[in-house]
Amino acid sequence: MGTSFFTPLSWSDSGFILTGVLNTVTISLVAILVGTLLGLAVGFFRAEANKFTNTLLGAVLDILRSVPLIIQLILFSTYIGAVGHPLDPFVTGSIVLSLYTMAFMSEVFRGGFESVHQSMVTAARSLGMSYWQTVAHIRLPIGLRAVFPSWLGVALSVIKDSALVSVIGYMELLRTSEQLISRTQQPLEILIGVGLFYFIVSYPLSLYGKYVERKMAI
Amino acid sequence: MIQIQNVHKSFGDLEVLKGIDLEVNRGEVVSVIGGSGSGKSTLLYCINAIEDIQQGRIIVDDIDVHAKGTNRDKLRQKLGMVFQQWNSFPHLTVLENASLAPRIVLKLSKKEAIEVAKKELNHVGLGDKLDEYPTRMSGGQQQRLAIARALAMRPDYMLFDEVTSALDPELVGEVLDTLRMLRDDGMTMICVTHEIAFAREVSDKVAFFHQGIIEEIGPPEQVIVNPQREATQKFLSKVLH
Ligand SMILES: Nc1ncnc2c1ncn2[C@@H]1O[C@H](COP(=O)(O)OP(=O)(O)OP(=O)(O)O)[C@@H](O)[C@H]1O
Ligand SMILES: [Mg+2]
Repeated sequence: MGTSFFTPLSWSDSGFILTGVLNTVTISLVAILVGTLLGLAVGFFRAEANKFTNTLLGAVLDILRSVPLIIQLILFSTYIGAVGHPLDPFVTGSIVLSLYTMAFMSEVFRGGFESVHQSMVTAARSLGMSYWQTVAHIRLPIGLRAVFPSWLGVALSVIKDSALVSVIGYMELLRTSEQLISRTQQPLEILIGVGLFYFIVSYPLSLYGKYVERKMAI
Repeated sequence: MIQIQNVHKSFGDLEVLKGIDLEVNRGEVVSVIGGSGSGKSTLLYCINAIEDIQQGRIIVDDIDVHAKGTNRDKLRQKLGMVFQQWNSFPHLTVLENASLAPRIVLKLSKKEAIEVAKKELNHVGLGDKLDEYPTRMSGGQQQRLAIARALAMRPDYMLFDEVTSALDPELVGEVLDTLRMLRDDGMTMICVTHEIAFAREVSDKVAFFHQGIIEEIGPPEQVIVNPQREATQKFLSKVLH
């Protein structure tokens, strides 16, 4: 051991970094998947529900959307710990991030369902299609296509927001890099590398979203 | 046969149909004319069980349309309907538009459904557009697609609700030609229309709707050429001049 407590970044750290990358990807995919499925159900329910139910449900979703994610994460993990059921940071993070995602996705899908006019639905029903056949073959495919760019936008922001799960101790990419920084004292290289990762994942997808949007506008 | 007996229909406090009686026999073409808001569309929606009624009965063949036990999806298979707005399914090709319902409602095999759909599409002159997406077609073509889509369900009756009203004038003719063709095929039809000349030409019976009742009904030579009621005369002089 030399004079320094710090050791520079080296190839032997790549396994550690890769774990961080994989954890970021995992929790993002979980939140996008669960958030999309729940959001689809809630969005459909809202498109069908009466005004009273909608106002009530809307208020709950508004809370999820307006309270900063970082506060939700800390609140939830502290509360779960306080009532004596501490959960693994991955589980806590997945639950909070999924619900947060759901709140945004539900609005996206609701808009999609509502973009399919009643007259289109009536036309389908007049052909003898049942309620659920109309949902599956007409409302869902037309609605989903209409909102794909918005869906992609929410999914991309989830990938970025997943960095916040680091505050409750989940070893995703940001927390991994924080630990590397405190060991190596090379914040510039490491943070630029992390930033680059998010950029490389997000940018092509957002370009694709814009492309689809342009194509649909024609 | 469609039998409409003393049908009353309200939306909230607004009584739109105030006791409608009408019979449509197999092979007959009945045109419904009348002013805006007189309840013409509403009657078609009631026949198709898209709307409920408050009083009276509608019988299609032996089915009491609004009875509790009636399977409305099944009933609608007998009744093709085409609307003012064509409502093409934008995510499906022309062929898929016309073969979807035969496949999922009538449970035909994919091959059979395509065959039926192709036949009807050829019939309305869209045989060369099978793989086209409807949003790229004219209103007249899309309306003919809507007709073929309904016909592919092999309905016994066709209900038309002002199917030419949303079309550019130069496209009206091709859709009316399609209706003429159906009449010649012997299809039983109820046509709500503002095309008085067309109604006169194709109809066995013309019903004039006025404020929720049938003010006058009879052969076109009577109702259109020589109307007996003052309201009918007024209406016709307004739309014909
Ligand atoms: N779903 C509804 N809810 C409330 N009122 C309705 C509804 N549908 C129709 N109405 C009203 O019922 C009346 C009759 O409407 P309907 O559409 O049957 O008239 P119409 O004879 O087809 O007129 P048009 O020639 O303009 O199509 C109108 O006053 C209309 O505003
Ligand atoms: Mg109408």
